[in-house]
Amino acid sequence: MNYKTPRGMNRRHFMSHLAGASAFVGSAMAMGRTLEANAQTLTKNRKAAILLWMGGGPSSIDLWDLKPGASTGGPFRPISTKGDMQICEHLPMMAKQMDKASIVRCMSTREADHSRGRYYMHTGYVPNPNIIHPSYGSVVAHQLGSQRPELEIPAFVSVGGGSEGPGFLGMAYSPFAVNSSGRIRNLNLGISPDRVSSRLEALKMMESGFINQNRGLAAIEHAKVLGKTVTLMSSEQMKAFRVETEPENVRQRYGDTNFGRGCLLARRLVEASVPFVEVNLGGWDNHQNIFDTLQNNKLPELDRGMSALFEDLDQRGMLDDTAVIWMGEFGRTPNINGNTGRDHWARSWSVVAGGAGMTPGVAIGQTNEDGTRVEGQTYSSEDLMATVCKALGIDLETTFTSTSGRPMKIANSGKLIEGLI
Amino acid sequence: MRRSHSNIHHFNQFRWLQSKPADRLSADRLSEAKIQLGTRCPVSTVEGVETKASRLRLVLTLCPALTMMLTMFGCSVLHATEPASESSAGVNLPEQVVQIDAMIEEVWDAYELTPSRNASDSEWCRRVFLDLIGRIPSVDEVENFLGDKASTKKQALVERLLYDDAYTEELARNWTTIWSNLLIGRTGGNANGSMINRDGMLKYLRDSFARGKPYDQFAHELITATGSTAPGMDDFNGATNFLIDKVNPEKGSQATAATSRIFLGLQVQCTQCHNHPFNDWKQKKYWEMNAFFRQSRAMRGEMLSSTETSATLGDVNFAGESGNNLDEAEIYYEMRNGLVAAAWPVFVDGTEVDKSGDVSVVNRREKFAELTIASPFFAKAIVNRTWAHFLGYGFTSPIDDLGPHNIPSHRSLLEYLGNEFRGSEFNFRQLLQWIVLSKPYALSSKENRTNKSDDPLLGETPKFSHFYLRQMQAEQLYESLAVTTGGAKKNLSWEQQEEIKNQWLQQFNRAFGNDEGGEATNFNGSIPQVLMMFNSDMIREATGVAEGTLVWDIANSSMSQKQMVDAIFMAGLSRKPTRDEVALAKSLVNANNGNLPQGLSDLWWVILNTNEFILVH
Repeated sequence: MNYKTPRGMNRRHFMSHLAGASAFVGSAMAMGRTLEANAQTLTKNRKAAILLWMGGGPSSIDLWDLKPGASTGGPFRPISTKGDMQICEHLPMMAKQMDKASIVRCMSTREADHSRGRYYMHTGYVPNPNIIHPSYGSVVAHQLGSQRPELEIPAFVSVGGGSEGPGFLGMAYSPFAVNSSGRIRNLNLGISPDRVSSRLEALKMMESGFINQNRGLAAIEHAKVLGKTVTLMSSEQMKAFRVETEPENVRQRYGDTNFGRGCLLARRLVEASVPFVEVNLGGWDNHQNIFDTLQNNKLPELDRGMSALFEDLDQRGMLDDTAVIWMGEFGRTPNINGNTGRDHWARSWSVVAGGAGMTPGVAIGQTNEDGTRVEGQTYSSEDLMATVCKALGIDLETTFTSTSGRPMKIANSGKLIEGLI
Repeated sequence: MRRSHSNIHHFNQFRWLQSKPADRLSADRLSEAKIQLGTRCPVSTVEGVETKASRLRLVLTLCPALTMMLTMFGCSVLHATEPASESSAGVNLPEQVVQIDAMIEEVWDAYELTPSRNASDSEWCRRVFLDLIGRIPSVDEVENFLGDKASTKKQALVERLLYDDAYTEELARNWTTIWSNLLIGRTGGNANGSMINRDGMLKYLRDSFARGKPYDQFAHELITATGSTAPGMDDFNGATNFLIDKVNPEKGSQATAATSRIFLGLQVQCTQCHNHPFNDWKQKKYWEMNAFFRQSRAMRGEMLSSTETSATLGDVNFAGESGNNLDEAEIYYEMRNGLVAAAWPVFVDGTEVDKSGDVSVVNRREKFAELTIASPFFAKAIVNRTWAHFLGYGFTSPIDDLGPHNIPSHRSLLEYLGNEFRGSEFNFRQLLQWIVLSKPYALSSKENRTNKSDDPLLGETPKFSHFYLRQMQAEQLYESLAVTTGGAKKNLSWEQQEEIKNQWLQQFNRAFGNDEGGEATNFNGSIPQVLMMFNSDMIREATGVAEGTLVWDIANSSMSQKQMVDAIFMAGLSRKPTRDEVALAKSLVNANNGNLPQGLSDLWWVILNTNEFILVH
C-alpha cells in the first residue's frame, strides 16, 4: 500500500495544499432536501458498531440453536459456553467468549429470497419500488459520523463486500468498500502539489457550474463524494487501514483468513473513530453438503475471527462502546434435503449480538423441539435494528424526511428486543 | 481520435438488401436478387449487415430496374419513408415516435407538468452516442452533427449509428456488454469453477447484434441452446452460456428465475418456497414453470487452460423425480404445510404441455421458448427494459417485474410499444430508433419550476418531463477513454481488447456467491470510483502527453490556445467552454509555466473528473 505523498513534499505540506480544495459543496448548494427532522444535540458519542454479515443465509440451527436428537438436528453436538447457553461444538473459541454476547433465537422474518432478505435485514424495510432505504451502516454513519468532524475517513466501511447502499441519504453515506487486506487502490496522485491544488481548484469551479444549472441530486452527490475523497487522500487516519502493521501474534489470533483480517481491520477502524464497519463472510448458501462445509470450512474461519474480535475489543476496553452483530439474510430449513443440504428459511432462526451495553451471555427466545417454529415472542429485522440503534445511543424517534415529504422513522419503528437491552 | 467518416462513402451500394427493417428480404429472395443482378453484387460479403435508409433511396434513384424488381417481390420500398408528422427531431418521424410523444404528453398534462426544454444539440448527440454505441462522440463526430443544418439531422445520426458499417462493431460491442451483464452478470465466467465461458457468450452476442438478429429468434436461441460453451469446440454454441450454470443446481431454480425475469419480466422466484406475498401467484406456478427446465443438463467438459473451461448443455429424457415415469415426468415440491405436491410443465398463462419427459415427444425448453415468445409479456418486457436503458427509468420499478401487482406508470404506452415491436417482427434496432427519436429522450436534464418534483429519486413514478441524470457505466467510461489513450490497443484483436477491458472491470465487481447469482459494482459514484478517476493508471494514460494521446494531438496541432481549450472541452463534454471556463482553462494551462502539454493534460484531467463528464445528461 502506498501512502507516500508526492515526491519532495512532506505530508503536512501536501495536506495544506489539499485542505482548501476539499469543500466541494458550498452552503449555497446544500439545498434540495432536509434529511433529518429531529436535530439533536448530543453529548459526545463514541459508540460504534461492527456487523458481521454472513452472506448466503447461515444455518443458525447448526450454530446457535442446536436440536440434538431431533430429526432436523444434524450431526453436530452442543457444547457449554461461558455464557448461559450452549452452542455448536465446532465453535469452541467462541464458546469461551459467549459471556460477552447473546443469542436471539426467536428471529422470524418473511423474506427467504437472497436479494430481498439481504435488503430487509440491512435496512429494516422490505423492498419498495418507490424508495430505496438506507442500510444500517448509512444510518449510523449519518447519525454518529456527522458528529465526528475530526473523522477524515469514511464513516461507513465495508470489508470484503459491498453491503447495501445509502438509499435516500445519498452517496455521501455509501459504504466505502475495501478488501480485507485494507489495501486501497489509486491513492497517489503522483504529481507535484502545485499541480494537484490547481487541478482541484479548477475542478471545484467546473463542478459548481454544472450543479448551478439545476441538474438534480446526482450532480450534487458527485461533488460531495469528490470532497470526501480529497479529504481521505490527504488524511493521516488512512493508516488505520494498514492491518499488516499489527503484531504477528495479534494477526495469528484473528486468523490468516480474509474474515480474520477483516475483523482485525474492523477493530482498527473503530479505534480510529469509524462508527460503522461491516465485515463480510460469504459461502453460507449451503443447499448441499452442508455439514462437511460447515465443520471443515466455514466454522473454523468464523470461530477464530469472531472470538478474537470479542476478546480483543474486551481487552482494550472497547466492547462497552462497540456493538457487534452477527447475522445473514435468513436461516436455513430445519429439514435436511436430499443433497445433505438445507434450503432458505426465514420463519425461525437466530442472530448474535453483543457489546455497547447489550445484555451479554444469554439466549433470548426459543424455537420448538425441531426448530421449525418460534415459541412465544418473535423478533424481526426492524426490532434488531431498533435495539442496536438504542445501544448506540441513537434516538429512536429520529425521523428522516425526503423532499417528497414522506417521513421515515429510523429502524422502521421496530420494538426493542426484551432482555437484550 | 476516432476513425474518420470517409469510409461512409465506401459502402457497397447493395448492402441495404439485407435486413433493413421495413423491407427485410428472405434469404431466397436475396439469392434471386443476386442472380438477377449478376456478379456485381457481392452478397456473400454482406451477410447480416444493415445499412441506412438514405442509401436505399440513393440506390433506388441510381437503379430504377432494382426498384421494379423489388416491387415485383412485393416489398414496400416506400415504407422506409412512411409519412408521419413533425416533432422535436424534425420531419417525417415514424408513427411510433409520434404516438410515444402523444402518450407521454398526456401524462404531463394530467400532472400539470411543463416539460424541460429540449437538450442542446451537443448534449443530445453525446447522449445518443453513449446510449447507442457505448461511448462519447469524438470531436469530429460532434462537430459534424452541429454543423449539419438539415432538419432531419437527428434521424440521420441515429440511422448512421444503427445501420452504418462504420459503427456496426461499436454498436454490437455496446449491446453485447449490456446483454452479457444481463444474461451472465459482470462476474459470470470470471469465478473459479464456473461453467460459463465468457468469451463464448460475448461471441454469440456480438454476432447477434452485428447481424441485427430479430429479438424473437435471439430469445429462442438463448432459451433452447444446446452444444458447447467454448469457442473452437466442434459443437460450439455461445448461446449455451446463458443457462449453462443455471440448469443443474437446485433443480434449475436459477434457469427458471432468470428466463422468466429476463424474457417475460416476471419474478417467479419468490414463489419457490411460498405463495407470493403481493400477488396471486402461487407456489405451484413456480414449480410448473420450473418443470420446463428439468430435461436440461449441463456437463462439464475439458479445461482449455488454467482458467477457461468448456461445458456442454443438452436435453435428455427425464423420467420424473420418481425416476420411472417417462410418460408423465413429474417433479415434487414441498408446500409450507410440509406436504409434498407434484407438478408438470404449465406455462404462466395456464397453457399445459404434454407431460412426457421424452425429449423426442416433447422438448420442454423448446415449448417454453415458443410460449414465451407468444406471450404478451415477452414484448412488454423488452420494451420496458429498453426504455429504461435510454430514459433512466422504466415504466415499472424494478423494470423486470411486470406482474399484476406492479402497475406501470404508462400502461397504454407500454402496451402500444409492445404491440408495435411485435408488429415489426421484433426488429430491435427499430425499437431503439423509436425511443431515441422521441420527445422525452430529447429533453434537457435541467429542471424547471414545475417539474422539479418529477424525480424518481424522491419516490415519484417517472413522468419523463426532463431527462434524469444517471452515471455512465464502467464500460462506457472505458470505451470513451479508449479513444484518447493513443494507439496502444488499436492493433489487438476484438477478443484481446475485450479481455483487457474485462480485467480492468473486475476491480469494481463482486459476486455475492449465492444461488441467485447476485452481484454488485463499486462503480457507483462512491469514493473508490473517484479515486480511480483521480489517480488510476488508466486515467494517467488517458491524460498522458505521449505521442498519440489526445493531449499530444492537440498540443502538437497548429491550433491557437483558445482552439486547443475548445478542443479539450469538445472531446470530453461535447460542447464549447463558456467564457468563464475559458479563463479558468487558460489560468490552469498557464500555471504550468509554459509547459503546454502539461497544462492541457491538467485541463483534460479536470474535465474527466467533473460531474458533467461522468453523468449522462
